[in-house]
Amino acid sequence: MAKYLLIVDYRPGVVETPMEQWAPAEIKAHMDYYTALNQELTDSGELVDGYALTRPELAKEVTAGAGAPVVTDGPFVEFKEMLAGFQVVDVESQERAIEIAALVSRVPGPGGVPLEQPISVRRVMGASDFALLTPEL
Amino acid sequence: MTAGPHIEGLLRELAPQVLGVLARRFGDFDAAEDAVQEALLAAATRWPVDGVPDNPRGWLLQTGSRKLLDQVRSEQARRRRETLAALREAPAGAAQEHDDTLTVLFLCCHPALTPASAIALTLRAVGGLSTAEIANAFLVPEATMAQRISRAKQRIKASRVPFRAPERSEWAPRLRSVLHVLYLIFNEGYASSTGAELHRTELSGEAIRLTRTVNRMLPDDSEVAGLLALMLLTDARRSARAGPDGQLIPLDEQDRTLWDRRLIGEGIALLDAAVARGAVGEYQLQAAIAALHDRAGRVQDTDWPQILALYGLLERMTGNPVVTLNRAIAVAMVHGPADGLKLLETLDARLAGHYRLDAVRGHFHEMAGEFAAAVRHYTAAAARTTSGPEQRYLTTRAARLQAG
Repeated sequence: MAKYLLIVDYRPGVVETPMEQWAPAEIKAHMDYYTALNQELTDSGELVDGYALTRPELAKEVTAGAGAPVVTDGPFVEFKEMLAGFQVVDVESQERAIEIAALVSRVPGPGGVPLEQPISVRRVMGASDFALLTPEL
Repeated sequence: MTAGPHIEGLLRELAPQVLGVLARRFGDFDAAEDAVQEALLAAATRWPVDGVPDNPRGWLLQTGSRKLLDQVRSEQARRRRETLAALREAPAGAAQEHDDTLTVLFLCCHPALTPASAIALTLRAVGGLSTAEIANAFLVPEATMAQRISRAKQRIKASRVPFRAPERSEWAPRLRSVLHVLYLIFNEGYASSTGAELHRTELSGEAIRLTRTVNRMLPDDSEVAGLLALMLLTDARRSARAGPDGQLIPLDEQDRTLWDRRLIGEGIALLDAAVARGAVGEYQLQAAIAALHDRAGRVQDTDWPQILALYGLLERMTGNPVVTLNRAIAVAMVHGPADGLKLLETLDARLAGHYRLDAVRGHFHEMAGEFAAAVRHYTAAAARTTSGPEQRYLTTRAARLQAG
């Protein structure tokens, strides 16, 4: 088993319309999809954790050296690149992590069309593979 | 558990036996498993106060049966009477106890389960660890682990695998699954037993304990003995394997006075007896290699030609490219790094992108005095490893060469 971080940012996928302009039923369908997916991953014993983050407007940056830490608003990078949320899954294989990422990417938008949001898949540092089989290393 | 090491050990030993009896009597593994956990909990709270009963197994059986009966009673009165009658059977003898533990192991390590499910179920049902302990060892929330165990039980139920010892004809492959699961549990604990994840050594300890149990039950099986020897001979080096800050120390730099001589002695004795019985398998070969390393009091005393020969046998037996990678290390130690590098070329396709291939290349280049190439490969390996301690080791190795 290996843990993977699945990252979603604010890139819109194939639908440019911001969510404020969707029909309420479409927003509900979108949220219900996430809820159902998370329930499925909980039931399968694969979901470790997951969070949606508050909007970048609330983000702070902290830098510190020898003196007092400096706190500023920001970062003011391209909005689309900001982290929107993440899930940690513990799965049998990278293939399974990618399969789950595809399910996240497929979340429906207006008209039930899959959003095709890009999902980054990052493996979490964990055990080394084949440790016992390679005693010399 | 706060029951003290003696009671805790006793409970772990008895748990699969009791589960075996209850599952067979009631024909419901899932319900039996819950009942056993409740009985174990009751024992862990009461025995330290009231003292261990004269017949602890009987006590657990009775308590577990009572818990099961509570469920059955509310469901079906007739079935209750039948079960009560069954409970009046004479207690089973020693051979029966062994069969029960083995049967539970065979069930938990059933090929219908994924390795992760089999591991979780084995630790819970045979290892007698609580769900929280297993979750802690695998660094996932307890609810996640509980779901995984419950899914594994459902899968067993759905596949209608009967609760009985496998037929003689399916014995060998089923035992192989059991040994593989125990191997994976040990590896999981050993692979990450440095620094922040030190608490995971519980997994290695539990794997050793379970393999000891299987070895006691099947003393004539040389692969069971081989696996136990491999675990002991590997675990003997544990305290030398990590530095004070959790950094990984490779075999050739370890302080060999820290190796556990008692474990090494036991492992070698087990291995010698197993090899003498014939039918050499892959666990015995791995154990034999571990033994050669353990026997060398100083790194320069290592019998590399013998290790090379054993890797050759293991490679023919398994066809595993990682074994070939190890053989390349032995080749380099016997014939020099150029020959080692040549053998690695045959692995480029099969281990493409695997960091260990880069790590070993870096090592060979370092041996050959080709430091720039060594740094390049160590850096590539560090970028691809999945383990924190290994990444630190490889990065430090590259940095050391660059500092010249």
